[in-house]
Amino acid sequence: MSDMRTPLAKVRGLGSAKDGTDHFWRQRVTAVANVFLISFFVILVISLQGSSYQDVVAAMGNPLVAILMLLVILSGVYHMKLGMQVIIEDYIHSEGKKVLALLGNTFFCALIGLGTLFAVLKLGFGG
Amino acid sequence: MSNADQQGNRPLSPHLQIYKPILTMVMSILHRITGAALYFGTVLLAWWLIAAAAGPQYFDFVNGIYGSFLGRLILFGFTWALVHHMLGGIRHFIWDMGAGFGREAREWLAKATIIGSVSLTILLWIIGYMVR
Repeated sequence: MSDMRTPLAKVRGLGSAKDGTDHFWRQRVTAVANVFLISFFVILVISLQGSSYQDVVAAMGNPLVAILMLLVILSGVYHMKLGMQVIIEDYIHSEGKKVLALLGNTFFCALIGLGTLFAVLKLGFGG
Repeated sequence: MSNADQQGNRPLSPHLQIYKPILTMVMSILHRITGAALYFGTVLLAWWLIAAAAGPQYFDFVNGIYGSFLGRLILFGFTWALVHHMLGGIRHFIWDMGAGFGREAREWLAKATIIGSVSLTILLWIIGYMVR
């Protein structure tokens, strides 16, 4: 069978979903960022485990810690949103359920993202 | 996202239960499972951060739950999932570069992922208890 694609579609190379390798690329960009950011996060949690409320608030009050935590959340939540989207698209085949699951994924990530960002900002600005 | 015809009742390719489990395959499945577990595990992070933002009383309540035996067990699992998913991700970076596809290389990478994730998790917890 001859190629049904128009020359323009071929040049754009975006495929049927119209976003080309965007999803893959963003997954990898956030993954690279996460290697560093999550390492920071793990070290932070280790240094804070067992500490009192005052110690935790003081640590989060440090602008460097707060800024890095905001990056941890942004990169982490975006990465997990992309990842869960792939899982949903792989396993849920009925169109209606798939759309509902994708919506749920977006809402969950928005809730977690905004909730944690608010908490870090509040602590960063002085509790 | 593909919108292929789902009503066509076309034949499906054999799925997971058909194959004998091999290490590279198990690591691939674990990468997805740990990713999904971390997804829901963010609720624990959100709860902890929001508790700290809420005030000392509520923070102590949540900290008490996380410090309990069951809380520590879950956090230990969380740590392993995080480390395993990270090492699995690094394995994917190596593949993205076009390397590590050979028979020995991929077996080595699969072994390094599971041995690395378990030992790194234990090491992190030992450090955690030492600095306490």
